[in-house]
This record gives sequence, structure tokens and C-alpha cells, in this order.
Amino acid sequence: MSFAWAKAYEPKSELGRWIDDRLPLPRLVYGAIGGGYPVPRNLNYLWNFGVLSGIFLVIQIITGIVLAMHYFASADGAFNSVEHIMRDVNAGWMLRYAHSNGASFFFIVVYIHIFRGLFYGSYKAPRELVWMLGLVIYLLMMATAFMGYVLPWGQMSYWGAQVITGFFSAFPLVGEPIRIWLLGGYAPDQAALTRFFSLHYLLPFVIAGVTILHIWALHIPGSGNPTGVDVKDEKDTLPFHPFYTAKDGWFAGAVLLAYCGLLFFAPNFLGHPDNYIPANPLATPAHIVPEWYFWPFYAILRSFTIDVFLAAKLWGVLAMFASILLLFFLPWLDKSPVRSGHYRPIFKRFYWLLIIDVIVLGYIGGAEINAFNVALGQLATAYYFIHFLIILPLVSKFERPLPLPSSISESVLHGEKQEASPIGQTKPAN
Amino acid sequence: MATLEDTTVTQVEEDHSLRRRDFINIAAVSFAGVGAAAVVLPLVSQMSPSADVLALASIEVDISKIAPGQAIKTIWRKQPVFVRNLTGKEIAEAKAVPLSELRDPQTIEERTKPGKTNWLITLGVCTHLGCVPLGTGEGENRGDYGGYFCPCHGSHYDTAARIRKGPAPLNLHVPDYAFKSDTVVTIG
Amino acid sequence: MVRIIGIFVGFVFAVVALISFGGNLFTALSSPAEPTAEEEFHLEPRPLQLASDGPFGKFDRQQLQRGFQVYKEVCAACHSMQLVAFRDLHALGYTEAEVKAIADQWATEVPSVNPDTGEAATRKAIPSDRIPAPYPNETAARAANNNALPPDLSLIAKAREGGAAYVHSLLTGYRNQPAELIAKFPAAKTPTGLHYNPYFANLNLAMPPPLVSDGQVTYAEGNPAPTVDQMSTDVSAFLVWAAEPKLENRRRYGLATVIFLLFATVLGYFSYQNIWAEAKRKVAPVGPLDPANKAKRQRASKKAGVSK
Repeated sequence: MSFAWAKAYEPKSELGRWIDDRLPLPRLVYGAIGGGYPVPRNLNYLWNFGVLSGIFLVIQIITGIVLAMHYFASADGAFNSVEHIMRDVNAGWMLRYAHSNGASFFFIVVYIHIFRGLFYGSYKAPRELVWMLGLVIYLLMMATAFMGYVLPWGQMSYWGAQVITGFFSAFPLVGEPIRIWLLGGYAPDQAALTRFFSLHYLLPFVIAGVTILHIWALHIPGSGNPTGVDVKDEKDTLPFHPFYTAKDGWFAGAVLLAYCGLLFFAPNFLGHPDNYIPANPLATPAHIVPEWYFWPFYAILRSFTIDVFLAAKLWGVLAMFASILLLFFLPWLDKSPVRSGHYRPIFKRFYWLLIIDVIVLGYIGGAEINAFNVALGQLATAYYFIHFLIILPLVSKFERPLPLPSSISESVLHGEKQEASPIGQTKPAN
Repeated sequence: MATLEDTTVTQVEEDHSLRRRDFINIAAVSFAGVGAAAVVLPLVSQMSPSADVLALASIEVDISKIAPGQAIKTIWRKQPVFVRNLTGKEIAEAKAVPLSELRDPQTIEERTKPGKTNWLITLGVCTHLGCVPLGTGEGENRGDYGGYFCPCHGSHYDTAARIRKGPAPLNLHVPDYAFKSDTVVTIG
Repeated sequence: MVRIIGIFVGFVFAVVALISFGGNLFTALSSPAEPTAEEEFHLEPRPLQLASDGPFGKFDRQQLQRGFQVYKEVCAACHSMQLVAFRDLHALGYTEAEVKAIADQWATEVPSVNPDTGEAATRKAIPSDRIPAPYPNETAARAANNNALPPDLSLIAKAREGGAAYVHSLLTGYRNQPAELIAKFPAAKTPTGLHYNPYFANLNLAMPPPLVSDGQVTYAEGNPAPTVDQMSTDVSAFLVWAAEPKLENRRRYGLATVIFLLFATVLGYFSYQNIWAEAKRKVAPVGPLDPANKAKRQRASKKAGVSK
């Protein structure tokens, strides 16, 4: 740990000393999430969502492993095996709903976590790798979720697989061969299903590994904070345990309350009824839509309807991939030295526009296709690219930020809003 | 400003009352612990047999074609079951064995239905380590006691399928069964 | 460098998206989408009140039994329910003997093998069997139903937007096609072999009205009269059960879990406040609020005679 005043691990018991001499794992944990990790004292609740993401990853892994004991990855038997879980397996219905709603909550929590990062400049130096590892986790989550949704082999499972794998055929020459290679056939069938099951089981453990890297990379500079001002001395921080274990603990209870409310009382609210119909390769559903967490990208995909040098379908696929890939470059697109949006009034306004834009894109992705919806989606798509690739670089170059507090403890004492000392100067005595 | 000064003065007092209030932390952690334990329950119970497995199929076996001295093998709950029509000689042999000689003392009457002593219905699973004993088919080795013989480790069962020689500890298990009619038996 | 490329790429995507926007706008204004018969005449399902509604609703077992009777006597001729086993019917309040009888007397038998010849045969159902399908395969089902496949009803209440309300509205929604529709959309006139039903997405449904007259099914003593509406409501309630037999369990465990989590969260919150109270008071400030400086100021104000 980089902070000089971080408490060192001191094993209290004989056993503790014995283990520490041989495998310093308790020491590692103490330094990472125990009393030995100093954290800025001014974190707000938006900082809880990293731990919450970890909690939902664990929930998904545990429920997933247990579901895999009963699931049967056969094109003929998969749908019935899921119903077997729902009807006959002890507590099967609970595990299945926990897993399907857990995926939704995992995305809710991760989206809030990402948007926290976008507002507070968490992607800026020296945390660029933390950000990029986080994006890798997000991409892995999307792949995992997509493959997981195919497994029940309902109508949406099958046709969603058709559509997503169909993207690849948009690429000239290599597209179709890649698509066939991915599927192991000409359409989603047995081969695709079993390999999706295998990869769906594997990827969450890859996510867990990348998460460890993500946290490790974060713990080198230490956590950010809402002012974006670096930690200067001991007064700026508190040990993670017990302060942030307590804060994370109670808030996790509240989020789990919401999760259980959904799981037990409205378990199919975020799902689509068509996935309760067994897959039929000969009958296309009226409206093929992915799960809600993919809707913004689906909207971007469907916004491109006119061929401009390249086919419209290819534009859609490129734009969809670009919309995520551009985030990797964010630390270099937005080079303002001021991290937090609280001190960047112009940036702040555009940030809210982005939030509205993403919500609109999400709505359009799940809505029916008509001229008005498509038009709205097209405008929102254009704004998305303009925001990240044109507005942010320009704003970060030309805006005048507000003066930063001289330290974290200053801002805690006097309240961030009343903070007014110019950068570098201490607050005048009052 | 005044409030901040006040708080440092009262700080010393607060320290004592904090210790009294630590029970809230213990209470919160205990609740979380109870919750974690409760979560383990469905994770463990889901591995128990599911409702469709438990809905044990009862099977009906037509015994009209089994002549005295013959036996058939059938499957019930995914395990082999021997249905044998004992001859008068076999029944007499079984009755003649004193209980003190038996490792698992049971009379042939205990192992069959009243009035149907000739129908011996047992699981075809050796009580030693689970092999399927020989003796049901024509010409199979029936062991030294004329009943069943398990080739895996040499357990010999007598005409009432009771263990007589070899490592098996118990007689071949008799499942729940009932005569639906003179020619049909319901097992399970 | 990154910013320059970024601005260029952003410009390209935005322009192409806006070209599509323009094209879309142009087609929308110059040749607006034709109104369709479905848009104008499709009806949303009428609300349906069932005992199992709401977070604390429970099944009305009497109603489920009536609904099962309607399924058995009217729907089972064409619609399979292959995910429900006879033993599941215990949940409706039938005794073991009744369940055995229902299985034994079911119109279709279960496929099996003739033990003597090895040829395909059928046998009577037993409680552990799932409800046998009326047709051996899809082709047979289509052949018997004018090339339409009667869907399996096990999950129908979860597989349709509107759930039980949709099923009930559909079953009671058959009517003659309005003259207005035929006049406005002559192409949407109900073809022969189909039936007009405004609750169905395409308005014309292959299934003929299954519940045509009151008393089609005879209910036992102590039950409400079997009007078409009553039979339809009962079978809809039954289908909700069939789609999710564990509904009541789910809500029961849900209540316990939510109450527990509420307690745990509240306790956790107080514990958090307790732990942080320390932190908030122990903020050791720099500058004028430093204890050393504060002590200095206290001495100074005492000297000046300012009382506190």
C-alpha cells in the first residue's frame, strides 16, 4: 500500500502468526479491505457500487454453479430442464429467479458504478488501467449474460442468438465464415448451445480474475473521492474496516432488499414472456429484443438505416462496437486535470445530457419500431458519439474549472459546497 | 464553530457510551450471519432428490408367466429386483434352517406375504458392496445354499435369499410390495 | 493525437446517423406508414381479478379444481400440458386416490412398449407420469387442426403479454368481425377457417371458440354456475397455477426474506451511524481548528472574559 500511515497487519494470535509466516494471505486481505487500507473519508454512496458489483458476481457464481447441477444443455431438453428446476428441484424456482434477476441487478449496479466513474473522473491519471480493466470486465459481463440468456432455449434465447451472431456476417468476406465458426453450424443449434454453456460457466471466473487485477490496480494510487483531490495526509483518510465495511454492509442490505423484492414478488418483470415459449427456428417472434441491459446498444445498432459507402447493417455493427470501445480512450479524450464533475460546471451540464441520452437510447432499444422511435434513436445515437468524441475533448480543453479545495479534510470540515479557496491555498481562518 | 468546540469537550464522555453501544454492531453482524446461514439452506437442499425422482414409480409386475423354480429380473427405482416362484422343496429347506445359524435372522414367513410364501421378491443388490448376484437365470450359479450367489466377493444366499456364507452382512432386501391380484404384484 | 482521431471518428458516426435520421424523416413525411387493421382494432386484455393476484394473493383451490375440470373436458382434446405431472394435482386439493383415478382415466394413454412383442403400445397413466399429449407429434397436431399447432398450455399464462387476463379475454372475446373493419381494411377480412377475435394480435385466430355455451362443463354442487365467463375465469386461474405451481411458496418465502432484510438493513444502518459518529467527531483539523490552536483561543477568550 502506498500510504505511509496505513496500519500494518499485526497477527494477534499464535495461529495468526503461524499462517502469516508461511502464507501472508491474511496480511494481504488486511491491507486490501481491512484496517490496513486507508480510504478517503469523504466518499459518498456512489462509491458503494464497486463492492455491490462484487457481491452480485458472487451471487451469480453460486446460483449458477448450483443451477448447472440440474440444467441439461441439449436443444431438445434445455427448456424442459429449466422447467424441471422451476417445478421439481427443491428450491429450484428460487435459484432460477435469483440467477435471472441477479444478472439484472449485476448490470444495474455496474452501470451506476460506471456512471460514477464518468462523473468523478475516475478514469483519469493515475487510474487509467483501473478504468480499462473495468471495461474489460464489462465486456466479459456482456458476453456472459448473452450466452446465459441463450441457455433456456426459449424463443428469445434462440432468436437473440440468431441476431447477435448475425452481426458478424455484416463484415465483408470474413464475416460469414466467422459466424459459422462461432456457431459450429449454420444457425444456433446443439453445437452453439453446448459451447455457450461451457463458456458461460468459464467466463465468470475470468471476470473474477480481472476484478482482482482491477482492485489491485486501484489500490496502488488508492481510491478516488468526490472532490477528485488527492489524499495528502492521515487526516484525509479512514481505515476501510470498520468504517467502509459498515457503510457497505448496511447499504448492501438495502440493495439486497430491493433485489429480493423483485425476485420474490415480480420475478418476470424485467424478462420477456416470449422466452417461456420453446425455441422454434421456423417462427420469428413479433419483436425480437435482448434483455434490458443491452437496449442502449440495440438502439444504436438499429439507428443506421441508410447505406453510406458501407452497408447500413455494417454501420450499425461498427457503431455498436465503437460505442463501447471509445470508452477505452476516455482518459486521453478528456484530459482536464480536474477530475470531479463538481468543479467542472460545463462538463457537468453535458454529463446530465449524456444521462438523458443513455436513458432515451435504452428506452428506444426496447420499444417497438416506428418512424418516431427510430428518429429519436438516431438523434440519441448521434449525440452519444458527439458527446464522447467531440464535446468532451473540446470542453476539457477550453472550460474554466472551479477552484478545488486544498485537501479532503478541508472539504469535509467546511462542506464541499461552501468550499471556495483557490487551488493550492489554505482556507483563510474564520 | 461553537458546536465543533462543544463536541471535543464531550468527546471523552462519548467514548464510554460508545462501548455500551457496541452491541448494535454485534447485533448487525449477527443478523448478517443468520442471513448467511439461511442462504445456505436452499443451496444444500437443492441437491436432495427432486420431486420427480421422489415420485417413486410403483411398478406392476406380471407374475403369471413365472413357473415354480423360475425367477425374473426387473427394474424398480433404477435398481434390479428378483421375483422368484419358490418350489415346495425350496420353501421346506428355508423353513428348516434354525434362526441361530443366520447372520441376519429372519424366517421365510417374515420375508413373504401370508398365503403366498412361494413368491420371494427381493432387491437384486448384494448387501456387501452392491453387485448383482447370480441365480435368476437358467444355469446360473446359485451358490452353496441353492439361492443366489454373488461372484464379486463370494456371498452365498439361501433359498429365502438370506445370507449364509461370505462377507455380506444382511439378507437381500425385501421392498414394499402388494398383490394387486393373483397375477400382478405392485412394488413400491 | 487521440483527440483528433476521436473528433474525426465521432464526426463520421454522427453524420451517418444523422443521414439515416434525415432519410427516416423524409420517408415518414412523404409516405407515412399506413394504418393497419391490427393497430386500430386490436384490444388490450380486460382486467381480470383472481384470488392469486397481488403480493399476498393465494390460490382458490376450489377454483383451480373447476379450472382443471374445464381443461380436462374442453381444452385437453387439442392442447397438451406436458410440464405438469398428475402428482402435481395434489396441490389443487385432490387426495391420492383422486389423483390416481384422474391419471388412470385420462383420455390419452402414455406411450410404452409391449413387453411381449416389443412393439410400440400405450399404457394407462400413473401419478408420476406427466400429462400425456393428445397428439403424438407436431405433424399430427397440425393435421388435425387445419395446419395450426395448438400450443402447450403449461406456461401459457407466463408466455403471453397480459397473462391470465389475456387468456380470459381471448376465450370470451370471440365476436363477428365489425363491418367497419371490413370496409376500411378489406384485406383483413377473416379468412375461412379462422375466427375473428380482437384480443389476438393478428385479429384472426385459428382456434374456434372453445367455450360456446353455459353449462358446457357441469360443476359439482357448491360451485358457482358454469357460465362461459365463469368457466373462462376458472380455467385462466388454473393456467396461472399450471405456469407456476410454486407461486404461493415464492410469496411466503419472499415475505419472510423481505422482513428479515428490512431488520438487518435497519440494524446495519444504526451500526454504521455508531461507527461513523466516532469518525465525524474525531476529525482533527488543520489550521484554526487544530486542538492546540483551539486551546490557545479558549485561553484567549477566557482572558478576555467572554463566557461560554
